[in-house]
Parts: sequence; C-alpha cells; structure tokens
Amino acid sequence: MQRDLLIRGMQDILGPEGVISEREQLRSYECDGLMNYRVIPELVVLPETAEQVQSVVKLCYDEGIPFVARGSGTGLSGGALPVESGVLIVLSRLRRILEVDIPNQRVVVEPGVINIWVSQEVAEEGYYYAPDPASQIVSSIGGNLAENSGGVHCLKYGFTTNHVMGAEIVLPDGTMVNVGGGKAADAPGYELLGAFVGSEGTLGIATKITLRIVRKPEAVRTLLAAFKDTEEAGGAVSGIIGGGIVPAAIEMMDSLCIEAVETAVHPGFPRAGAILIVELDGPAAEVEYQFQHTIKVCEENDASEVRIAEDDEERALFWKGRKAAFAAMGRIANDYYVQDSVVPRTELGAVLKRISELGAEYGMRVANVFHAGDGNLHPLVLYDNDVEGEAEKAEALAGDIVFTCLEHGGSLTGEHGIGEDKKKYMPKMFTTEDLDTMQLLRCAFDPHQICNPGKIFPTPRLCGERPGPFRMHPVQQAGLAENF
Amino acid sequence: MDRNNDSPDPRQDGNPYDATDATERRGEATPTNQDAAAQSIGAGSPEDLPDDTFASRGAVKQTVGIGRKTESGSFVFPAFDDHHPPEKDLIDDCVHCGFCLPTCPTYVLFGEEMDSPRGRIYLMNKGLNEEPMNDQMVRHWDLCLGCMACVTACPSGVQYDKLIEATRGQVERRYERTPQDKAFREMIFQIFPYPNRLRLMAAPLKLYQRFGIGDALHKAGVMKLLPKRMRAMEALMPMLTEQQEVPEVTPAVGERRRRVGFIKGCVQRVFFSDVNAATVRVLAAEGCEVVAPKLQGCCGALSVHAGREQEFEGFARQLIDTFEGLELDNIIINAAGCGSTLKEYGYLLRDDPEYAQRASAFAEKVMDVTEFIQHLGPVAERSPLPVAAAYHDACHLAHAQGVRRQPRQTLKQIPGMEVREIKEAEICCGSAGIYNMVEPEPATELGDRKAKNVLNTGARMIVTSNPGCMLQIQASLKRMGHSMPMAHPMEVLDASIRGADVETLLAK
Repeated sequence: MQRDLLIRGMQDILGPEGVISEREQLRSYECDGLMNYRVIPELVVLPETAEQVQSVVKLCYDEGIPFVARGSGTGLSGGALPVESGVLIVLSRLRRILEVDIPNQRVVVEPGVINIWVSQEVAEEGYYYAPDPASQIVSSIGGNLAENSGGVHCLKYGFTTNHVMGAEIVLPDGTMVNVGGGKAADAPGYELLGAFVGSEGTLGIATKITLRIVRKPEAVRTLLAAFKDTEEAGGAVSGIIGGGIVPAAIEMMDSLCIEAVETAVHPGFPRAGAILIVELDGPAAEVEYQFQHTIKVCEENDASEVRIAEDDEERALFWKGRKAAFAAMGRIANDYYVQDSVVPRTELGAVLKRISELGAEYGMRVANVFHAGDGNLHPLVLYDNDVEGEAEKAEALAGDIVFTCLEHGGSLTGEHGIGEDKKKYMPKMFTTEDLDTMQLLRCAFDPHQICNPGKIFPTPRLCGERPGPFRMHPVQQAGLAENF
Repeated sequence: MDRNNDSPDPRQDGNPYDATDATERRGEATPTNQDAAAQSIGAGSPEDLPDDTFASRGAVKQTVGIGRKTESGSFVFPAFDDHHPPEKDLIDDCVHCGFCLPTCPTYVLFGEEMDSPRGRIYLMNKGLNEEPMNDQMVRHWDLCLGCMACVTACPSGVQYDKLIEATRGQVERRYERTPQDKAFREMIFQIFPYPNRLRLMAAPLKLYQRFGIGDALHKAGVMKLLPKRMRAMEALMPMLTEQQEVPEVTPAVGERRRRVGFIKGCVQRVFFSDVNAATVRVLAAEGCEVVAPKLQGCCGALSVHAGREQEFEGFARQLIDTFEGLELDNIIINAAGCGSTLKEYGYLLRDDPEYAQRASAFAEKVMDVTEFIQHLGPVAERSPLPVAAAYHDACHLAHAQGVRRQPRQTLKQIPGMEVREIKEAEICCGSAGIYNMVEPEPATELGDRKAKNVLNTGARMIVTSNPGCMLQIQASLKRMGHSMPMAHPMEVLDASIRGADVETLLAK
C-alpha cells in the first residue's frame, strides 16, 4: 500500500491528530527504554478508543502491514522497537480507569493507564495493585501485561500474570476477543490469558484489562542492612528464606550502585560493599516475630549495620533509592547495558563472584542491583558509547554474564522480556523443538507474522548484519544515506 | 511447518472452528464508573514513591494536533550553530528511562513522545547530529512550558533547564517565524519587561474595567472576533488596584538584623503593587532594612525563557549595576519566575568577562522571600488567621529553585492557618511566563485542570508566589464561574503581623 493511502486510511480512523508521519516526529519513537536498537517506523498512530485500535489493526491486517504496540516506551528489551515499514500503535491516549469494583477486588483499565494510578485509585479503600516494577510511576499496564512485569514485591505476591484476571484483546487480524474470567475466579477451557500475558506484544493488543487488587497489609516493616560484600549479603538472603520467611521483598545493591543512587536521590545509604533492603508485611504479630528473626539473621551474617525504617517517610526513602537505581546510572556513566537473568537463589554467591571476575577481565565496571529473593539479577555494565569499541565490549561482557547465569541453571530474563535484545540468546536456553513449539502458539494467533514481528525468536542474520548496539553506518555518518 | 511464509489461517477459509466463537465476543461496553475516572487520591500502595513525584491523569479533553501545525515552512541546517548549542554532555545524561513523562504538562495533555522532555531532548540530539531545525522541531520545543517538573522527576540529573534555554536561544536567532507570530512576540517583549509601558497600558485598561466594557463586549460576542492570542491576553488581565510605591529605603523595625535589596519585578510592580508593599512591611518587621532602588529595570526572566539572549543580557547587566555597591547582605525577590533567573545570573553571563564574576556574586545573594524568612528565623509576632488556604507551588519556585517547604512553613507558622495541598501539585497551571499568551489552548486546558483541583481542596483562599500563576488561575476560575480570594504568602503574613482579621484578607 502506498504511504499516502496508508496515512489517509489511518486519518479516516483516527482523525488528523491521531497520525504522526513527519520524519522528525517519527524519530522520537525510534527506540523505547533501550536505546541500543533504533528503527524509524513508517507511521505512528495514537488511537483513543479500543474500537480505533481494532480498526487500525484491521487495516494493517488487510494490507499486510506489520505493526508494533507501545505504551510509555520504558521497556528495557526493545520489545516496542518499531519495525521498518510498519505502524507503531501508541496506546498512551487510552488512559481511562473504566471501573473500580472494590467488593470483587477488581479494577478495569485501559492499557495506557500508568501502573501507579491503579494503586492511587484504590488507596483510600485500603487496597493496592501489587506488581510494582521500578518504573511503576511511568510504565503502562498494557506494557506490564506484555512483559509480565515483576517488581520488588513479586517474590511474595507474584508477577503481573498473577494479578490479571481478564483482558479484551484485539487479535492480529482485527478480531476483538475476551480472554480470562470476569468476576468469577476462573474460566474453563484453555488458559489463553496465561499465554497472552508475557507474550511481548506478539499475540495481539490488549485494549481493556481487568486487574486484581489486594488489601494493604496490616503491618509493614522494612530494614536496611549493610554488609562487607555481596557474598555475605547473599548468605543473609539464604538465611532469611531458609528460615521459612517469605519476605515481601529482598533487594540487594552493590557498592557501585549505592554510589550512583546516593548521587541521584540522596537516600543516605551506608557506604558498604553491599546492602540489603528487606521488607516484611502481613498480620502485625507475624510480621513482628519474623522481623526480629530477620534482624538476627542479618547480624549472624556479620551485617555492619542494620537500619530499621521508623516511619513511612524513611521507608519511602529506602525504596526511592532502590527504584531510582537504573536511571541513576546516568550519574556515574554515560551509558549502561542491563541484563535481567535469573539464577537459582543458591547459586547467587557463585554467580556474583564470577560477574566481578568477568568485569575485571574486561576492565569494565559492573553495578549490581537485583531482586535477591528470587535470584533475579540486574547487572548493569557501564560504558561510554563515545569511546571506540566500548559498546561492543560491554555487549560481549553482558553476553558472558548471561552465559554464566545459564551455566548455573539460570534463565535469560526475569521480567524485562526477550524482545529484540535477548533473542539471540534464546537458542542457548532452548532447543529447536522448544522454540518450534512456541512458534506454534504464536502462529495460531498471528499466522501472517505481522504483530510485533522479529521479536523473541532468533532470526538468521542478514548478510553483513552485526548484532549489538546501534551503530551509525559510515555511509549514514557521511550524510549520504538515511537510517533504515 | 513453514515459518517464513504465511501459514494457513483457519479463520480465513471459513473453517467452522472459528476461534472467536470459542471466546466471549465483545459485548456491550462495561458501564463506566464516573468516580473511577475521577481524581487521583494521594498516597498509593505501601511501596509507593512519595506522592510529590508522580503522575497525573484524568480524562481531559485533549488539545491534540497542536503539535502538528506547520508554521513558516522554513528550516535551518545545521540545526544549531556554535554559540551555546544544547550541550552534548548534558544530553548524554538522559538514559531514556521516561520517568519525566507523567509530570510533563504537555505529555499529560497530548500523550505524545515529542511533547515530552525525553522526546524534546531526543530532538535536540537529532539537531546536534543529523537533522536540520524545522517547523516540527521548533513546534515541539515551543510547546514546552519550561516548568521544569521534569528536572524534579529526573533520577539521572538531566539539566533540562539549561538544555531548553540553549535551544530556545538558537531558535530565536536562527529560525524564521511567521510574520504574525513574530509580531505578537515582539509586542509582548516591547511591553512586559518595561513597567512604565505596562503602566501606560494599564491606564486605559482601568477605564475599560471600571465601565465593564469587557463584559459588554463579551455579551455582544465581539470578543470572539479577536484572534485567540488577543482573547487570551484579555482574559488574563487582572483588576487593577491603586498603585502603591515602595520607598527607596525602609528602616528595620527594632534591631537591624540584615540589610537587604528588594527587586520589585515588572508585572508584580504594576498589577500587584500590594504584594510588594506587603513584602517590604514583612521584611522590615522581621528586622531588615530594605533597600529598593527606585529605578530598576526588568530582570530579564521573560526574555531568557523565550530565548532572547541579547535582550536578557542587557537587562541583567543593568540590574547588576543597580544593586552593586549598595552593601547588601541579601537580595530578595517575591516573584518565582524572576527568582529562578536571578539565581542563574552567574551561569547565564558566564561568557561576559566584565560581568561573569559580578553576576555570580549577585546571584549568590538572591533569595526568595519565603526562603529568606525561614533562613533568618521569624521574630515578628503573628496574630491568628483562622482560614484554610490552598497553597499552589509555582513551578519556578518548586521545580526551578527547589523551594517547597519554606512557603508552607511560612504559612503554617501563622496561628490558625490551615494549609491544604492541591492534587497534581507538580503539574504546571499553564501560566509559564508568556506561554498562556502565545499558546492559549494548552494553557487554558492546564489552567482549568488546576482550577478544578484548587476548588476540590475546599479551601477558602489560594496562596501562591508568582504573579503569572495568580492571573492564570484567576482567569480559569472566572471562566468556570467561580472566584476565590487569592494572595501571595507575603500578603497573608503581612495581614497576620499587622493583626488584620481573616475577612479583611479575604475581601482584598
């Protein structure tokens, strides 16, 4: 289809305000939270209703045009990376909270609604929405659904998939369906909702999402413990969980990460080799008992300091420091490359040791901030894109870290998704048969492969195509050609 | 199975096993809960961030498409010249995390990447590298209110203030605006930074208001014939009160604790001379000798925020000259917009060998009046003012200067005074210097949004530190058929120190 006709077709659906076609404007959508990959979309459309999303998808399907859905554009695996000659469907204008049903503990939202708005909406009733990715003040529920986002509290409360009860989905052919249950706890038949959550935008676009909200716990206690190194802190983590406690969250940060966070948001963290933030919640008596036990475990593992949050303000400060960690890297490095591997908790110490060895071998800094309770690592490889060869080195180091995690029985990603970034590692974790089975599911939803194509599954590289961070081609650098 | 080519789609060839039949077809739309779509409700879940940094929302009528208007059709290549382009180092601080999006007023309105700080910085970077500066880019930079909420929200410490100021300077010097746009901007800058010209304009305005000409014209529908921008200006015009001149030197009451300079502002001096008079009385009561040079010009804040670099520098040098050699401990300002620029004098005049040092010395002495009073420690006795007041953070006080606690503290030190917080406090009211005159549509939407949130506090009055915000919120309230007493924190404090009663303050 000709570009002009496509633009006109989209404008018929959305009005002139809903279609972006100017080059400079399109360029601001060329990447999401991961800047290493950039593709300028053919067109960006901004629907305001589910029906408009459906019409847009239908048009794409009829014309065989690939499309990619995007929420707030904060993803860290390039899941919302546009495709060349494709349409980017931005859902940031679908941002209404449609229904709040406190007695049934459910909230119905549009996909562009920001994660934290849900908690704010029901806070007065004493409820909240449990999944809390660090980006919760900006990331959208639609994006959370696509990536099956976790967050610091998913150790106890589970990932997004545990909190989505149903969704209205526009399938890649423009059909609108409802999957999952309504008010009832379960729906018979295949668990299509489970397949959809975490599908990284490859099975369709959710236009309405029913979320489960949970009651705020009676008591919450948070402590911060400082240790000599990550290994000692790791020992404390094993001690706490081995003691039968399921904390709401256990987060670890290493010294480099503490430094960045201190510069950015000044939470007043102790300067130590590693710190743990441990949060317990639940009935007051239980929390109090377990909290004392947790303090004891920290002390037994030679914690140099145990700081207890005395009030909500101090608690908020601990968490502010933790949640700003990624973004704070901008204070100590120009660029960073983040991985999201998961390792068995028991392997934490060994893996962290190997990561620091690898960093030394490469001569690069690696900051660690992660969900220690479930072994979900976030090693941040720091580099400077302006230094020749650093980006490649960073990527190679990040790759070695991933392989180390896999060797220790780990997984590629805990919550950021595979997207564009990690698809090349998929064959390291899965056999061809495993991947083929996944493709079967994908093809059932999207037989023509127009819905976020090229993500998750490894593709054979084109002749001369190099993987890795975005690099400008010399021809492009000379201004002789445009990025394609 | 063939993965590279299309696999057969059962739904395409009329296969009886239609997948959509197996799931519930989309029925009637779920009834929308009006309450649900309503306001944000403060504190969130146990693991929330403090609520002063988060998002804003609500079903607003979207002023979309504003960013799509093409203007003069001109473009400049390369986008930036060597004279203070947006600095690459500062741009590189942005890691594209998006934490700024929900606090950006234009992103809140339009939901578009290019109208967010992250998008604007991205465009600056494009300008530095490859792309020419054209209508679209300028449009998106123009639409930025310069409220600096993103600076507060940014965990990476991106200095967006410096980036946008540099960019605006380049735009004004290099980009050709349409003749109408240029003329309108020129008119603003020929009037607003000059108190005498403002006053001249104010004289016929007074007659206009006394005889209700505006209301009559509104009724007759004549106003609708005016261009949008002129209508916006008309709507913003405040009711004029008697001019109160501030004496050149006001002695301290009791023991002299400080000798301070006082900057009178332009809009403040002409339209809000009461605020200046109150400020000087308060400062004197707190033990300050107040020096207010009679002939003092504009500080250049409006100019620098609009990228008119040379004009700004002229104003700044003049003001530095005026206050130099007066042997002042501090220089006090009561208007937020002016204050943020005054504090940046050192940076803004960094290239001027003759003035760089002097500008830094000047800037170091500048303090917002509430900041100064809390720093000094209040001594004057406060009498009770039992009233609930909504405090509105002026962006150039809260975001640009980080002064949030001091004005609240100043109000709370008055016995009986209850300070109420306004929801979405971090979102700009749309005033933003000359923004509400040059970009009336988004400004009006933001103003109405703010006014609604102000009304929802149930407070009897609104207190804020910037003349622009006062005019803007007042205009929105009026459009919505409401009115609410409005005061600067210094007027409130002055009333308390003088022992005036609440009703007098409210009737002001």
